[in-house]
Amino acid sequence: MTTLTGTMRLIRLGLRRDRILLPTWIVAIAGLASATVASYTAMMSDAAQRLATATYAAGNPIARLMDGPASGTDLGAMSMVESYQVLAILTALMSAQAVVRHTRQDEETGRAELIGSAVVGRHARLTAALAIALGANVVLGAAVAGALVASDLGLTGALAAGLSVAGIGWVFAAIAAVAAQVFATARGANAAAGAALGVAFLLRAVGDLLGHVADSGVQVISAWPSWLSPIGWGQQMRPFHEDNWWIAGLFVGLTVALAWVAFALASRRDVGAGMVPARTGPAYAAPSLGSNLGLAWRLQRVTLLTWLGGLVALTAVFASVAESAEDLVGENDQLKEILMRLAPGATVVDLYFTLTMALIGIAAAGYTVQVLLRMRAEETTGRLEPVLATAVRRRSWMGRHVSIAFVGTAAILALSGVVGGAVYGAMTGRWADGIGGLVAAGLANAAAALALGGFVVAAFGLVPRWAGALAWSALAASLVVGQLGAMLDLPQSVLNISPFTHVPAIPAESFSAAPVLILLGVAAALTAVGMLAFRRRDAGVVA
Amino acid sequence: MDDVIHTHSLVKSFGRTRALDGVDLTVTRGEVHGFLGPNGAGKSTTIRVLLGLLRKDAGEATLLGRDPWRDAVELHRRLAYVPGDVHLWPNLTGGEAIDLLAALRGTADRRRRDELVERFQLDPTKKCSTYSKGNRQKVAMVAGLAADAELFLLDEPTSGLDPLMETVFQDVVRQMRDAGATVLLSSHILAEAEALCDRISIIREGRVVESGTLAELRHLTRTAVHVTAQHPVTDLAALPGVSLVAAEDDRSAQLEVDTSQLGAVVEHLGPRGVLTLTCTPPTLEELFLRHYGNELNGSRSRDDLVTASSAGGTEES
Repeated sequence: MTTLTGTMRLIRLGLRRDRILLPTWIVAIAGLASATVASYTAMMSDAAQRLATATYAAGNPIARLMDGPASGTDLGAMSMVESYQVLAILTALMSAQAVVRHTRQDEETGRAELIGSAVVGRHARLTAALAIALGANVVLGAAVAGALVASDLGLTGALAAGLSVAGIGWVFAAIAAVAAQVFATARGANAAAGAALGVAFLLRAVGDLLGHVADSGVQVISAWPSWLSPIGWGQQMRPFHEDNWWIAGLFVGLTVALAWVAFALASRRDVGAGMVPARTGPAYAAPSLGSNLGLAWRLQRVTLLTWLGGLVALTAVFASVAESAEDLVGENDQLKEILMRLAPGATVVDLYFTLTMALIGIAAAGYTVQVLLRMRAEETTGRLEPVLATAVRRRSWMGRHVSIAFVGTAAILALSGVVGGAVYGAMTGRWADGIGGLVAAGLANAAAALALGGFVVAAFGLVPRWAGALAWSALAASLVVGQLGAMLDLPQSVLNISPFTHVPAIPAESFSAAPVLILLGVAAALTAVGMLAFRRRDAGVVA
Repeated sequence: MDDVIHTHSLVKSFGRTRALDGVDLTVTRGEVHGFLGPNGAGKSTTIRVLLGLLRKDAGEATLLGRDPWRDAVELHRRLAYVPGDVHLWPNLTGGEAIDLLAALRGTADRRRRDELVERFQLDPTKKCSTYSKGNRQKVAMVAGLAADAELFLLDEPTSGLDPLMETVFQDVVRQMRDAGATVLLSSHILAEAEALCDRISIIREGRVVESGTLAELRHLTRTAVHVTAQHPVTDLAALPGVSLVAAEDDRSAQLEVDTSQLGAVVEHLGPRGVLTLTCTPPTLEELFLRHYGNELNGSRSRDDLVTASSAGGTEES
């Protein structure tokens, strides 16, 4: 018996468990790539228009920050620049979650012990998890390439594009494999992979912003930070433009190195344990824990503080490069004119901050969703039952979690605004514009995040079994609509589904109360529906 | 005498499965009531309805004279619950989990809590994620039994406990009964029920099929009798309610006698010069198997019964 005995059987088990989930991800991601090309084909009638758009994308700091480095005027290249960011985020999440699901989550639930007691080698579970995730990314890459070829794009570029997507998946599968060894909970491992994704995004955003436009005028040469990020690598492959195949070596190299680390860690630890040994703690509960709110806070505080730290830091970095964005536009009269037309009366910085806070707002909704779904996790793991068997009302148990979700979301966005504004103020002396504008933008986006939160609460109350799937789908839909909606030329009725569509574009436009109040009203109504429904339904593991 | 728990024709379905199919259960004040049945018979579902966690589909259920669904929180202040399958927050210590659940109930008796931690030999400073099944069970047990409650709902509370802790548990339950508390003890460990329970209800496929004191239940069934006499006893088998199991010779016999006919048998034996006479009342296990016996031949629930009967057999008294 080797350490890999039983791997094939475990792969089959994993594929059986994921037979709906992984194909759904793959079809959705490949479909998104295909839809982007279709809308670009429809929008770009001739070469002149493509040239103008590419020139604009290369010079525009906001486009560089949000999308990536412009790579020429080929239709395929332009649509990949536009969509790669979202494709990469979704692919990374798919891959990291798959690995954690088949490694740390199995250990947490005790399934791993049962499997480990059978004729199964020590490394079989990790190997099987990686094989499933890496294999799923091969299929995904092929699906993306196939979708692009089917959209009448060239085969070589399509293969490079597929490889750039699969490569991100490989790297994040391997990152998750390491995280699953280090952290004792699936939640912790997923959070670590999520944090790595955030850092990867930030590095390439800064690197692309600080880069310079090549002589051709339609290509951005990224600065060094982009090369520290796997998302940056995918964009530097520049499919349909340069097809830099050698970058695939970076993906493979990093994946192999991380997988090696994961296996080395796995050999050194016990099944079920993390790298940090469990410590003993207090024999008695502190008075602060002994209440309904105390328990909810204890369960949620790490999540809140992690998201708070991450998003405040992200906003601060965005704010710190706002001035160079302004300078870049200042050098380019033509670009200035286009931007002014986009948002009359607004400055470039206003527009920049509007888009930045929209991005932070949707990220904060990730916190909202995660905190609210913790309620469902408490219920399905059987931890809710003993609590509801005490003198705790269902309404107040749920109310505490909802409060932590909603107040936390507002706090994260307000504090991001304050810190981002302060950074900008410190660099430019324009304190009032910075802090005032960013806090207002943050709070306006918070209203949309709360409306999404209300939807999750309603789902938890009405259809608990579907709450997780509905919540994450709603968040993903909001992300796609927000980042790609206008470009995909979706009808307004589809755009309107995302609450973030209705957020006033602060500070580029002035604050208007009506949409914010409507969003808050929707949040309140859905929350009330969810709480009433929860009071009337069965509660506990059987629900 | 007032009923602490009363259900009548209680029905609860999950989709197409009818988990409770008309449960009639009555528990009177001050008794330890055994709620027996194999896995999947509906014990936990009944208790969850009584806790107001599940909403009944039909029938009646009252707890301490009130509606368990509508008045859940008021009732929960007066009762304590120990689940059989305990899940705790991995990052809390056992002590923190105990205090938390006690505080959420409302009243906390620190001295009693410490005494129980001591008696169950639980280390309260360890994180819940590092506890074994038995230790998680002890955490729930201490949190529940330390409560100053009128009613204790114990859902297979000793699953996962070792025999030493089982003994401690039985002592604690007796103390609670002596202090006037009412206990509903769901179990499939028959020796435990036999040792502790004043009255017993047997549930099968969502219905209570038998209910009463152990003596009453025994009355409904047969007693094993072994006799040796100076004169032949071969005619015994002809009496009503008696069947011959084995005859060693014509002066000794092994019989099964309807408990109601035991007097007639003894009278009949009087003039035969009895040398030895042993009457063995049926064990709870035998009562139990009488209800599930037909399933032993089929495949359904067989594993549950094997577990139940072997667990019962180890501590036969």
